[in-house]
Amino acid sequence: MRKPANERELIACRTAQFFKDGDVVNLGIGMPTQCLDFLPDDVDVWVDTENGAIGLAGAPGEGDEFPVDVVDAGGTPSKLRVGGCCFDSFRSFGYIRGGHVDITVLGAYEVDAEGSLANWMIPGKAAAGMGGAMDLVSGSKITIVMTMHCDKKGNPKIVQKTEMPLTGFKVVDYVVTELAVIHITDKGAVLEEIASNTTVEEVVAKTGCKLIIPETIGCMD
Amino acid sequence: MAKSKVVTIDEAMKHCYNGMTVMLPGFVNCGVPQTLIEGVMQAGITDLNVISNNTSVKGKGIGRLVHDGRIKHITCSHIGNNEETCAKVVAGEINITFVPQGSLCEKVRAGGAGIGGILTPTGVHTPMQDGKQLLEWDAEAGKYKFVEADEPQVGKRFILELPLHADVCFVHAYMADKMGNVKYHRTARNFNQTFATAADFVIVEAEHIVEVGELDPDEIMTPGALVDLVVQAEMED
Repeated sequence: MRKPANERELIACRTAQFFKDGDVVNLGIGMPTQCLDFLPDDVDVWVDTENGAIGLAGAPGEGDEFPVDVVDAGGTPSKLRVGGCCFDSFRSFGYIRGGHVDITVLGAYEVDAEGSLANWMIPGKAAAGMGGAMDLVSGSKITIVMTMHCDKKGNPKIVQKTEMPLTGFKVVDYVVTELAVIHITDKGAVLEEIASNTTVEEVVAKTGCKLIIPETIGCMD
Repeated sequence: MAKSKVVTIDEAMKHCYNGMTVMLPGFVNCGVPQTLIEGVMQAGITDLNVISNNTSVKGKGIGRLVHDGRIKHITCSHIGNNEETCAKVVAGEINITFVPQGSLCEKVRAGGAGIGGILTPTGVHTPMQDGKQLLEWDAEAGKYKFVEADEPQVGKRFILELPLHADVCFVHAYMADKMGNVKYHRTARNFNQTFATAADFVIVEAEHIVEVGELDPDEIMTPGALVDLVVQAEMED
């Protein structure tokens, strides 16, 4: 397993450490798919894709039959690993909503201290739609958000109570950023780990919600 | 001997009409009934009320109908892959109803399966619940109760989503026999299998048309009994 080369890879690497051997994981398009580059050697996961397959295996390789008929959640041609299978969208969302996906990883505009997630609509801007995101967060056993700690203007993306249109209410379990790992619990947002190049004070300053600071804080890298 | 349902595209288009509610399966460019969409384009059919997951990409598949202004309303989960659809929605040229992808599947499945409505947790406390009835499980009473959106939640809460049904459904198949039994391939199946159950008239375009009996009963994914016509698929993906 190679070491992360930048902040975004750090987020992907730390998120991948949540995966257990044999887990069925759904990875949002973009940054979440990078988690697969950082799986520990003894961890093999099955990638679920909302459009109807378990066992997605990255870019098409040589010898693939009908490559256009296996696509990922972004519509990009992909392939199936040995042991993979396909099914229709109705069953796919039954597996997703029915709790058969162990971990779903997605991005966020905002996450709040109760774990509510906003990632599909910015008020005042044209909405592209939510796709499968609302179903994924309603059914997954564990929901992990991967995000930069602040937006491009330096505003915190982890807030006390989000006012944005929600993707899911109280659905997020963990938020992984380039600075920290935050665990959303019944008691609130717990700062469980920080990156080696930051301090608790910096993380608190850049977070828009009250953080519970435990006695021992781990190092995420 | 089963009667053949194989017809030309022109013949198939005689069963389509302006203003029809049409289900268009496919996921971005995968499993989209492109040949039948091209048939609609050539036949000049317009004012469509489309039910689909998304609108392909600009100028392709369902995007052809978007580009040529053939769609008046679309019920779907996502349009982000097609910037032209996004622009036309903003401009008010296409009306849109967003439905979460899983709820879209359940609504259509209900519509094709005689089910009056479904309860889903997806979308509770989001804009998806607006205008819809909400039910919450009252564990003490052992029954569901209707709740208003602003009532604090106590038990598990669900949106009551109603069935969807269409006048016409286009289906893209890898293989169909001449009486319309269908086999799909890999993730090209996606919405085809469910949408095919929920329309008054179902037209299949198949990459390969075979004789009745060549498909093994265990590999048939949509029974010919649900299918009205079969045409040869011509467009490449």
